[in-house]
Amino acid sequence: MKIKKKNKIKLYYEMLRIREIEKTIAEKYNEWEMRCPVHLSIGQEAVAVGVCQNLKKNDEIVTAHRCHAHYLAKGGSLKSMISELYGKETGCAKGLGGSMHLIDLRAGVSAAVPIVGSTIPIGTGIAWANKIKKSGKIVAIFFGDGATEEGVFFESLDFAALHRLPVLFVCENNEYSVYSHISKRQSKKRNITSISESLGVKSLKLNGNSIEEVFLKSKDIINKMRKDSKPYLIELKTFRAVEHCGPNNDDNLNYRTKNYLNYWEQKCPISNYEKFLKRNKLLSNYQLLKIKENIKKQISSAFDFAKKSKFPKKKLLKKYIYA
Amino acid sequence: MLKKNRKISVAESIREGLIMSMKKDKNVILIGLGVDDPKGIFGTTKKIDKIFLKKKRVFDFPTAENTMTGIAIGSALSGVRPVIVHQRVEFSLLSLEQIINQAAKWYFMSGGKKSVPLVIRLIIGRGWGQGPQHSQSLETLFAHIPGLKVVCISNPKNAKGILISSIEDKNPVIIFEHRWLHEVKDFVPKKYYKTKLGKAEIIKKGKHITLISSSYMTMECLRCAEILKKYSIQVEIVDLQSLRPLDIKTIMKSVRKTKKTLVVDNGGMMYGISSEIISKIHENLNPREKSKFLIKRIGLSDNPIPSTRSLAKYCYPTYDDLVDKVNKMLKTKLKIKNKLLTKNIATDQPNLNFTGPF
Repeated sequence: MKIKKKNKIKLYYEMLRIREIEKTIAEKYNEWEMRCPVHLSIGQEAVAVGVCQNLKKNDEIVTAHRCHAHYLAKGGSLKSMISELYGKETGCAKGLGGSMHLIDLRAGVSAAVPIVGSTIPIGTGIAWANKIKKSGKIVAIFFGDGATEEGVFFESLDFAALHRLPVLFVCENNEYSVYSHISKRQSKKRNITSISESLGVKSLKLNGNSIEEVFLKSKDIINKMRKDSKPYLIELKTFRAVEHCGPNNDDNLNYRTKNYLNYWEQKCPISNYEKFLKRNKLLSNYQLLKIKENIKKQISSAFDFAKKSKFPKKKLLKKYIYA
Repeated sequence: MLKKNRKISVAESIREGLIMSMKKDKNVILIGLGVDDPKGIFGTTKKIDKIFLKKKRVFDFPTAENTMTGIAIGSALSGVRPVIVHQRVEFSLLSLEQIINQAAKWYFMSGGKKSVPLVIRLIIGRGWGQGPQHSQSLETLFAHIPGLKVVCISNPKNAKGILISSIEDKNPVIIFEHRWLHEVKDFVPKKYYKTKLGKAEIIKKGKHITLISSSYMTMECLRCAEILKKYSIQVEIVDLQSLRPLDIKTIMKSVRKTKKTLVVDNGGMMYGISSEIISKIHENLNPREKSKFLIKRIGLSDNPIPSTRSLAKYCYPTYDDLVDKVNKMLKTKLKIKNKLLTKNIATDQPNLNFTGPF
């Protein structure tokens, strides 16, 4: 399968847009106006974009604490997201949720929650309802390697396989749960895709930093899912470029080795793809400039909007207890 | 009117409510471990799967309570109306994460974009050696959480009404059923009707003392009232029905009327339902009038419930204990013999001699 030039540029644009948004959040975080924890997606953009570019608008995603990239890649409103981070009434959850509860129903971003693994059954349930109601929609569930240690991971895969649910389990393996390396949490013999296969869910390991690989392989799988209504799992190795939570790089703490960092720094999905596109004359410097200008504009207008927006009124506290 | 009613048990009433709800709304589904097994959750779901054959509506489920709840939440977000059943309260403890973090807060944390219309039926066990993990009344765990509705069935009539209202509700509702109520019979209307959630009911009017209770303990209150009636003591009984929201209005109305109140807790008293009710009563009384009121409570003893009947009998207050307590509160000095313990009636089985109507 080949990717059209137009689509290649789109993949690049989407990744760059997320990166620039995340960088701006990091920059402005020290102004102390975004007063909620942020789990930046810098370094992991290819997974979000590669998968979401294959989803239709009414397909749904659910995600976890590190949700910015998924939300943006699926088409979630930038203004609503930034406003949510600022705790404003114009936020996607009116300031009640914060950065770990991004939601945009119109874009098919159904949920994000920070309790590790908790959206796995919820996403499975959405897929179950889709199957019961014959809606034809696909659900993609994004979670990390840590979430595969939770009981709900096993239980949800079992249920998805048993009921043949059209759900794509997307495991972003960045090897770290906060500061805990996977080797401290999982046996060397443990294999996420083998676990998945043994539970009856077909799986594939992918290079999470290769946008074309993620895009093409997930396209293939999602096309299959639309026909056979079966669950699939993809495990994508990737790299969290900044600290677990917050705007900074914390590698001065030496919890990741120099070798590890050197290896992954060569693997930046965006700069590598940019080089590739330029080398193949698919992206000119002028085009790149235009793209960057466009992104900059969107970002500054979203931040202006968020800053100008009002904080919610006190009565909101009691408004959404019961529907 | 009577023609349209017939005496059925709480279990049959629940079953009837489920069937009616499922017929009325095709999105209602029933899930839980054993919902379609031959015994059908103490008869409450028996053969419902056979009624809805055209499209599968009754789902047995893996023994994975947290995931099962998460899946129900997800399906509820997409237009399904799931009803989960756990055969004992304790199994729901495996799903507290999904109930407390997710279902209860979903409407709030989504900024009002989506609520979770989910019903979870929890059955409180008692007797026949149930032991520490099959007999807990943990209403208070759930009633602590904003966003949940917590209700208690106490008789055949409100069983059906509460069930129907809970299924129609847009929020997560936890229904507590007591195993000792399942076989209790009374008149239940045949029609589809609702019992308003968030509303307590004065099920017996009286002027001397108010008993406030819920779930099975309401049955003990009724027995206590029957005995005291013979001694011309008129007991008023407030059956809470809903623990969250709590109907403090109805409670205060009765408290103010009789000025003597005994709160009968269906569970342990430490940080319990009775603690909350008594606090609320105190907050609502004017400091100057407080001395005119007498407010006491009684509940389960503060220990895990043992299996052996020789000790379990000391853990639950019976109507005899209520009679004693009322006797003391009213200073009536009636000599009523402790029938239950002296006559060697089985303490580990429900007493079905008392048949109502309630």
